[in-house]
Amino acid sequence: MDVPVIELENVAYSYGGGELLSDISLKLAPGSFHFLTGPSGAGKTTFLKLCYGALVPTSGYARLFNRDVRDLDRDAIALVRRRVGVVHQDCQFLDHLPVAENIALPLTVSGQDSIAQQSNLKELMAWVGLNNRANALPPELSGGERQRAALARALIMSPDVILADEPTGNVDWEMSQRLLRLLVELNKMGKTVMIATHDLALIRAAKSQVQARVLRISNRRLQLAGADL
Amino acid sequence: MKNVISNVLAVFTAHGSSDRVVPPTGFTARLTVFTAAAMALLAVFALALALASGRLARQWGNELARTSTVRISAPAEQMAEQTAIALRVLQTTPGVAEARALSAEEQQALLEPWFGPDLPVANLPIPQLIDIVETGDGYDSAGLRLRLSAEVPGAVLDDHTRWRKPLVSAAARLRLLGWMSILLIGGTMAAMVTLAANAALAANAQVIAVLRLVGAKDDYIAAAFVRRFTLRALAGAGIGTVVGMLAILILPSTGETEGFLTGIGFRGSHWIWPMLIPPLTGAVAFAATQMAAKRVLGALR
Repeated sequence: MDVPVIELENVAYSYGGGELLSDISLKLAPGSFHFLTGPSGAGKTTFLKLCYGALVPTSGYARLFNRDVRDLDRDAIALVRRRVGVVHQDCQFLDHLPVAENIALPLTVSGQDSIAQQSNLKELMAWVGLNNRANALPPELSGGERQRAALARALIMSPDVILADEPTGNVDWEMSQRLLRLLVELNKMGKTVMIATHDLALIRAAKSQVQARVLRISNRRLQLAGADL
Repeated sequence: MKNVISNVLAVFTAHGSSDRVVPPTGFTARLTVFTAAAMALLAVFALALALASGRLARQWGNELARTSTVRISAPAEQMAEQTAIALRVLQTTPGVAEARALSAEEQQALLEPWFGPDLPVANLPIPQLIDIVETGDGYDSAGLRLRLSAEVPGAVLDDHTRWRKPLVSAAARLRLLGWMSILLIGGTMAAMVTLAANAALAANAQVIAVLRLVGAKDDYIAAAFVRRFTLRALAGAGIGTVVGMLAILILPSTGETEGFLTGIGFRGSHWIWPMLIPPLTGAVAFAATQMAAKRVLGALR
């Protein structure tokens, strides 16, 4: 088996005196596709944050690209995040910058905003169907456009891993299918994808398109689900 | 050290797009520029005060230190004889370069500010004054006093020590006050920039979170704030310094006869000093914002 891009081993995470996640172990192999499900407040977002170094386990080990997250200083964490594209439910844009600049932000902060990269940006915006919205400000976008812009931003650095937290939470069924197709297409390009969602219909729809492993967080623990989906 | 130099260079060479990641904040921008301008203006005045008081302390010290006076109080019929004896004593005293009895007209001129021009000096029992100019090494005042008291009983030597000391001391303290004011102004400037930077960092917590999410390093995020505040402080200090220097330039001057108030200002190479205020203010703002940014970013993972 290839070296996992993300590996959690007996991870627990506590906050405010209470344990949110307990005894979590998982290996994300390169090119794999995972769904993470569970009820609201189960800890899906916390789990994803552990996967990109925004949180450090209270106990256990989190290894990102084979490096223990505790050994990473903030600059090293920043470099890890350039290899992990994150799509948040609330998207998190810089509202004073046009959509194109928001999508290109990972290039900007890493000093790679070259002409060649700008060309990639145009292609990417066309791929997510936002080429006519380049100069719009984020608050002017619809829910679906915001999700696609967030996905484009997560992809601009051609990351190895894509973590999406409820990417279809604010969009209609048709748009969620379109987003899913984009993510499946990325997985077929070799990207590791993990989608946190409580939308079981989305998971069922994906099963016909991609071989996905479905995980569920229940009672602070991670379980393999799937048979019931 | 290399890191500090690259951070300083980044203030002047940062790519335009990195400036754009922090949203424009009109109010704090104006506040920082205004504060820097006001502080620079005050610093120019404090600097002028410190330099002028230093200059005057030296001037007063030198002028008074080189001269002294012998005052002879004697009956009118003995005055000329005692004056002649005193002059002889003085001329043979090592360290006295020149001794000269003031004429009646000169003594009248000294009294004129108090008694007017019509005072009949010749008819009044006014002491005779002898003006002494010392050599560079000066004379032994204690020895001279003993010789005068032996040969001219009515003579009193005033070597200006009792006048000179408090004047020089006051001027030196004024100079110290000026430099302390400059330090306080610098400290206040640093405190205000730190507060403004902290406020800007707190107000942009969401921006910082987004930048972190997309892989921005701390140096990149800090540079966006440091560059902004350093350039604002530099611009404000530039404006304040120019206004302060113009105000000093148009202060009335009475040339050679200047007093303390009319002597406040810059002379010759001293005009270079206020020009150092903008770069120093920029350096203070750079250090203050850098520390504030490091502290705030250090608290966030």
